Amino acid sequence: MVPGGANLCPGARAMSVSEMFISLQGVLTADQDIREEIRKVVQGLEQTAREILTVLQGVHQGSGFQDIPKKCQKAREHFNTVKIHLASLKTKFPADQYYRFHEHWRFVLQRLVFLAAFVVYLETETLVTREAVTEILGIEADREKGFHLDIEDYLSGVLTLASELSRLAVNSVTSGDYSRPLRISVFINELDSGFRLLNLKNDSLRKRYDGLKYDVKKIEEVVYDLSIRGLSKTATGGAGEEK
Amino acid sequence: MSSKEGGFRKRKHDSFPHGQRREEKDSINFSSSIMTSFKMFQLELDTRHDKYERLVKLSRDITIESKRTIFLLHRISSASNVEEILTESEVKLDLVRQKIKQVAQELMGEDMHQYHRAISPGLQEYVEAVSFQYFIKTRSLISLEDINKQLIFTEDIKEEERKPSSDSPNKENNTWNIKVTPVDYLLGVADLTGELMRMCINSVGNGDIDTPFELSQFLCEIYDGFSYIGNTGPYEVSKKLYTLKQSLAKVENACYTLKVRGSEIPKHMLADVFASKTEIIDQDDGLS
Repeated sequence: MVPGGANLCPGARAMSVSEMFISLQGVLTADQDIREEIRKVVQGLEQTAREILTVLQGVHQGSGFQDIPKKCQKAREHFNTVKIHLASLKTKFPADQYYRFHEHWRFVLQRLVFLAAFVVYLETETLVTREAVTEILGIEADREKGFHLDIEDYLSGVLTLASELSRLAVNSVTSGDYSRPLRISVFINELDSGFRLLNLKNDSLRKRYDGLKYDVKKIEEVVYDLSIRGLSKTATGGAGEEK
Repeated sequence: MSSKEGGFRKRKHDSFPHGQRREEKDSINFSSSIMTSFKMFQLELDTRHDKYERLVKLSRDITIESKRTIFLLHRISSASNVEEILTESEVKLDLVRQKIKQVAQELMGEDMHQYHRAISPGLQEYVEAVSFQYFIKTRSLISLEDINKQLIFTEDIKEEERKPSSDSPNKENNTWNIKVTPVDYLLGVADLTGELMRMCINSVGNGDIDTPFELSQFLCEIYDGFSYIGNTGPYEVSKKLYTLKQSLAKVENACYTLKVRGSEIPKHMLADVFASKTEIIDQDDGLS
């Protein structure tokens, strides 16, 4: 296979150039196979995530506000499917190579964090903790223990929740629920102060954080509209005084 | 100066009531559960970013030192200075490996791939330098395993005391190792071919007639290897294939000229012929 070149230095050469490249090619092919497997599972996850979103989108319609608990219940059932998918994703690659394939599931994981956070918000009106998300998704909280939730993915999911809530504030006014926007306002403002504590780098998370102020503004406008018309019976926090 | 100061003051003035207003308005309890968890997030993100920055800096140092080693190796003119330069390059590469050891220490207990983008350029340059030196020594390609074998570091007491940042003394195992990924290795080897091309042209200029043929043979093997991989590898690898082809063509042309003209011109005049040939090739290089 290797003429000439091999003779130049007999003994020192344990492996010929072509043998080396053949073994490297094997490594690369194995890598591609893993990626293919991961992609398949991620597709399933994306499908389930879309289904959950459809269930939860119901809250934006007039009648949806009555049976929020029922919708949350249904969404939580779907999360069981997510657990199954994620459990099978774990088996597709070596546990210590999480970040090597991270890009493949990054997007869908952020979406799932958002959905879990949305469900928890609708149920309890609190921010889901990172640990609680990992529990809902059936994954680990710490990197050491296996398939975990990266902090940046968690924060991205939370930012998506903020824009969803600003939309919910508008729609809840339309359906005559005037107290919800005030509660959302308090919640989002707290989130905003939380994010101010972070020193973000100039990356995708920072870009998404930059959108948070528009959500805050939108909700403040809704609260303002309600308070000048006397529609908010309690002058919560005086948020309406602004602007 | 004064206007600058004024601008600063104004901004400060603008933002201060803003922040105050928020605090009052939302009556945010800074010990609320959201705020406490975000304080933890702040800590976690800062730690991660700091580590990343430190690794980028190390990677830059590794790149620079490796480049210098390559320049040093190009000074070999098949004369008596070979041994001397090889020893010197070995010393330089040891210094580079000390930096890589620091990288390995930074990555202790971390997922290497999380910070891969920070250190990848440095590792590729190191692969290029170390494989170039290996080629000069043995006229063959260093394997990925051999490179990785050199990147296993064991405990060294003196080193330990010098580095205050390291928390490894309380760790039980005192070895660190870092693995060059197959892709980094491939990219480093692809860069190596560029250096080999330069070496070939240089040696022709020096009147060395054997080296170009050896190099042509060797480059051809590497090119075959890359062709075998083709587009199974990532995008960067296929991108390098084009440059590799150009390097190979240059070396083959040099060998061709050497063969054709070599039989016509007396040996002692060859150097002059190729000195002019080198210039032409260099000009082409500059244009493309």
